Amino acid sequence: MLILECPYCGVKAEETELSPGGEAHLKRFGPGSSDADFEAYMFARKNPKGVHFERWRHAYGCGKWFLAARCTATLEVFGTYPAQSSEPPADIVAKIKAKRPEWKGFS
Amino acid sequence: MKRYSVFALAREAFNHHQGWERAWKSPTPKASYDAVIIGAGGHGLATAYYLGKNHGIRNVAIIEKGWLGGGNTGRNTTIIRSNYLQDPSAAIYEKARSLYETLSQDLNYNIMFSPRGLLMLAQTHHEVRGYLRTVHANNLQGVATEWITPERVKALVPIINIDGPRYPILGALYQARGGTARHDAVAWGYARACSEMGMDIIQQCEVTGVRSENGKVTGVETTKGFIGTRKLGIVVAGHSGQVAEMAGFRLPVESMALQALVSEPIKPCMDVVVMANTVHGYMSQSDKGEMVIGGGTDGFNNYTQRGSFHHIEETLRALVETFPMISRLKMLRQWGGIVDMTGDRSPIISKTPLGNCFINCGWGTGGFKAIPGSGWAMADLMARGEPGPLAAEFDMWRFREGRFIDESVAAGVAH
Ligand SMILES: Cc1cc2nc3c(=O)[nH]c(=O)nc-3n(C[C@H](O)[C@H](O)[C@H](O)COP(=O)(O)OP(=O)(O)OC[C@H]3O[C@@H](n4cnc5c(N)ncnc54)[C@H](O)[C@@H]3O)c2cc1C
Ligand SMILES: [Zn+2]
Repeated sequence: MLILECPYCGVKAEETELSPGGEAHLKRFGPGSSDADFEAYMFARKNPKGVHFERWRHAYGCGKWFLAARCTATLEVFGTYPAQSSEPPADIVAKIKAKRPEWKGFS
Repeated sequence: MKRYSVFALAREAFNHHQGWERAWKSPTPKASYDAVIIGAGGHGLATAYYLGKNHGIRNVAIIEKGWLGGGNTGRNTTIIRSNYLQDPSAAIYEKARSLYETLSQDLNYNIMFSPRGLLMLAQTHHEVRGYLRTVHANNLQGVATEWITPERVKALVPIINIDGPRYPILGALYQARGGTARHDAVAWGYARACSEMGMDIIQQCEVTGVRSENGKVTGVETTKGFIGTRKLGIVVAGHSGQVAEMAGFRLPVESMALQALVSEPIKPCMDVVVMANTVHGYMSQSDKGEMVIGGGTDGFNNYTQRGSFHHIEETLRALVETFPMISRLKMLRQWGGIVDMTGDRSPIISKTPLGNCFINCGWGTGGFKAIPGSGWAMADLMARGEPGPLAAEFDMWRFREGRFIDESVAAGVAH
């Protein structure tokens, strides 16, 4: 069972209290953008086997969206952080690098 | 290869069963092949089989990181149906279903195809309208399905409760020639036939890189060394994104866990397959007597082949109203597979940005039923370099162009 700490209310919530929202830090492309950019934004997810940054909602708690860094190959959680972040915070990146030296970093 | 038959069985019975041959060889890889297929699941093996049978291409290797049939092909709940809404889906799934009818004879291997009939229950008025529409579409497509009343549902499935109260049964979409087959046997039967044609099935060999020159594939790096090839087929289901990245492109695919479970074996009580898409559950009874049960996918990206327990609980909780007798059953085993979900819930059978490299993926939660048809279409694509009518609409560029084959609206959870 997955347990994520909500960065807003501090609750250590288990999975049934949360709803998953897919890949985080997507760059949005709307009207006027190229077909390739729009397709990549809509459909082409990174889907890595390993470190993944993703959106979650504390659905049966404070109701807020937040972000999490998690490994899809082991389900290990590296940390959670507020949805207002445009990229993963430095302390979480450092923690992942220490644990996964082969990880190529956030891009 | 010695053929399997009733005479072979009798001969071996007198021979203390000492004379059975190995069903397939375990060769060491050659330096290069005319075609290499990554992934010895049902789709990869069927692709190789039809490359040999339909196109005479037999200098082929199938490379598998684990054991053949150990991916989703050996983890699924074996439902076979072709009652899809969209024309391209109905065409390829019906091709597959009709090939299943004679696959045991074709492969000389008993895949235990059991066209026992399949019901998709309508438990809301929205579903009633949806399935009536599907029946009309199917009749135009040449797929034999019909709409049946709650009374007929009860006659076909005596253990069902049609009265609700939450989700009363309002009717069902019935495909009399839908059913099940033995999943392992499908992989094993194709593997034996491929090996007999002289193809190399290389197990315990992981592809770790794709090599190319001037935009064309030249071979694959593996844990058993470099293997050259003129054509490459990527058929790795949940790992499609990972292998596509090795080949230098990204796919509209996400990998998630899908779980299933079986009960303790009980006496025969249900001789059809029943799917209840509103409550996200479905059930059939195996020949061993176990009730085989599945539900919807877990919600987050996952490569661990195990899912979250609460999804199992949700599936059973929902099914108990419709099948009250299962509340007394002990559940024996539960497992997960990693399914490759596309944006429109339809598969991809396509050329790729890399020359001579082809991909077959995105079958997600429902590709077991498609194995023969998918292999047929993929072999055609790999042999000719261009898709035939079965594969044409399933190219990977449809997402860019908005040509979706939208089965997510049509089928809900369905497998
Ligand atoms: C629980 C569950 C229930 C299901 N129920 C149904 C159902 O009732 N009806 C239905 O039609 N479908 C069902 N499905 C879906 C169906 O199982 C799949 O769509 C189908 O089996 C996919 O077959 P495949 O050959 O593409 O993939 P797989 O059988 O997964 O084969 C892919 C193979 O590629 C190998 N591979 C991956 N990466 C590499 C690499 N780098 N190098 C070498 N080899 C590699 C894997 O080890 C694997 O053996 C279900 C799936 C699950 C998980
Ligand atoms: Zn919260």
